[in-house]
Amino acid sequence: MKTNSIKILALIAFISMFQLACSIHESEADFYNYTPEDGEIWEGKDVGSSVEYAVEAPPFTDGIYPCNDCHSEIEPNPERRELVDMHDDITAIYDHDSENRWCLACHDLENRDYLRLANGELLDFNESYRLCGQCHGDKLRDWKVGVHGKRKGMWNGEKDYLLCVHCHSPHSPKFEALTPEPPPVMHIKHEETEQTN
Amino acid sequence: MSQDKSRRSFLKNISLASLSALMLAGCDMKSFDEFLQKHFRTLSAEEIDEIIKELEKEYREKYGKDFKVSAKAAMEGTLFGYALDLSRCVGCRKCVYACVEENNLSRDPQLHYIQVLQMDKEKGIDFEHANVHYNPEKVPEKGHFYLPVQCQQCRNPQCTTVCPVKATWQEPDGIVVVDYNWCIGCRYCMAACPYGARHFNWGEPNVPTEELNTDVHYLGNRPKMKGVVEKCTFCIQRTREGRYPACVEICPAGARKFGNLLDPDSEIRYILENKRVLVLKEELNTRPKFYYFFGV
Repeated sequence: MKTNSIKILALIAFISMFQLACSIHESEADFYNYTPEDGEIWEGKDVGSSVEYAVEAPPFTDGIYPCNDCHSEIEPNPERRELVDMHDDITAIYDHDSENRWCLACHDLENRDYLRLANGELLDFNESYRLCGQCHGDKLRDWKVGVHGKRKGMWNGEKDYLLCVHCHSPHSPKFEALTPEPPPVMHIKHEETEQTN
Repeated sequence: MSQDKSRRSFLKNISLASLSALMLAGCDMKSFDEFLQKHFRTLSAEEIDEIIKELEKEYREKYGKDFKVSAKAAMEGTLFGYALDLSRCVGCRKCVYACVEENNLSRDPQLHYIQVLQMDKEKGIDFEHANVHYNPEKVPEKGHFYLPVQCQQCRNPQCTTVCPVKATWQEPDGIVVVDYNWCIGCRYCMAACPYGARHFNWGEPNVPTEELNTDVHYLGNRPKMKGVVEKCTFCIQRTREGRYPACVEICPAGARKFGNLLDPDSEIRYILENKRVLVLKEELNTRPKFYYFFGV
């Protein structure tokens, strides 16, 4: 009798565990197959906007912006080429996957006052982090939570973000070497240590 | 009249005599009050206010500047934590000097809360071969990485347990502080700290008056005196107001991160949950709240 009841109990436990496992599986499947219903706006979790992150103004070279001051009078030329006249300073330093990319990979052909995402969306310069995030998604993710890059302000309140381009030149993104501040003073001078040795 | 020649009356008379001698010798009431000040943690709010007013008056007389001395207590529900990205630090030492200015540290004799150690990539974290005096034209140097060390704000601090007069303790928000008025300068805490994070004022601290930071905290960056130990307090005068420490805001590489360990949405919690993190000298069981991590 005793062994029978134990067997029955074990069977019930097994069945309930199986059901539980199935239900978890189903809910996971629901999650991955989720499609927005009609009328529902699907906003991906990662859609950023300038409202969301208080950023400092982009670091333009003096007098370079708005670009249309000059470009409105220039016929747009979509052909890939090396710039030799205006913007040759950028050609000189350009080192950002330069084998595969050039100006129009990020700048819009028709309206130079905007950047252009891969999906064709025009982007203001103060939202440029979204453009960078197209390739550097892991960095964008860390930047949003304040782990990549520098922020100022309150640890428990409002924070000021810097754009990617404040620290990394978009045309040559490697972080530039810095001149170090002076080392701490030596308490024991070298000559003295040599003497005592 | 019979003379009382008991030991008790002798002691009474001699102490009265020496006390009056002290008074006559020009020992003013203020320093007498200061000498009789109770332990900071036993002071009432009124007594703290009184002491702060006295300090503000003293600083005005001494430096000719209006100081704002705060004794703001820890915020409820905070435990401060710090994280430093070893893959980002370039060793520029900007943090060292931002700290000196913010915390009114003595310029000469020189006192730094932060030591930036240059290490060989080949050797890894190796304190024996670390160099604090590197001085090349540009940093970072090839083949090296940089590991800044300051107070690790241990959960299990050894510096506080060895203090014979309890002049140093851990606050409810996790900051280890020193009451400079109570410190007797025995330097036991310096011997106990495995990170070399405590510093002694061997001489009279010297800060140019025009560079004084007048926004100070009693347990933090107020002007220090000769013969006391001091240390990093996570910029208690800033962080208890909700601001980031000075070293966090100056870092040009964005390598320094600060936040509330009890807040699951803070950047410090994100780092602990998502990055590879280490603490220094883990085997000593000091349990630092200062973490090092690799952001990439």
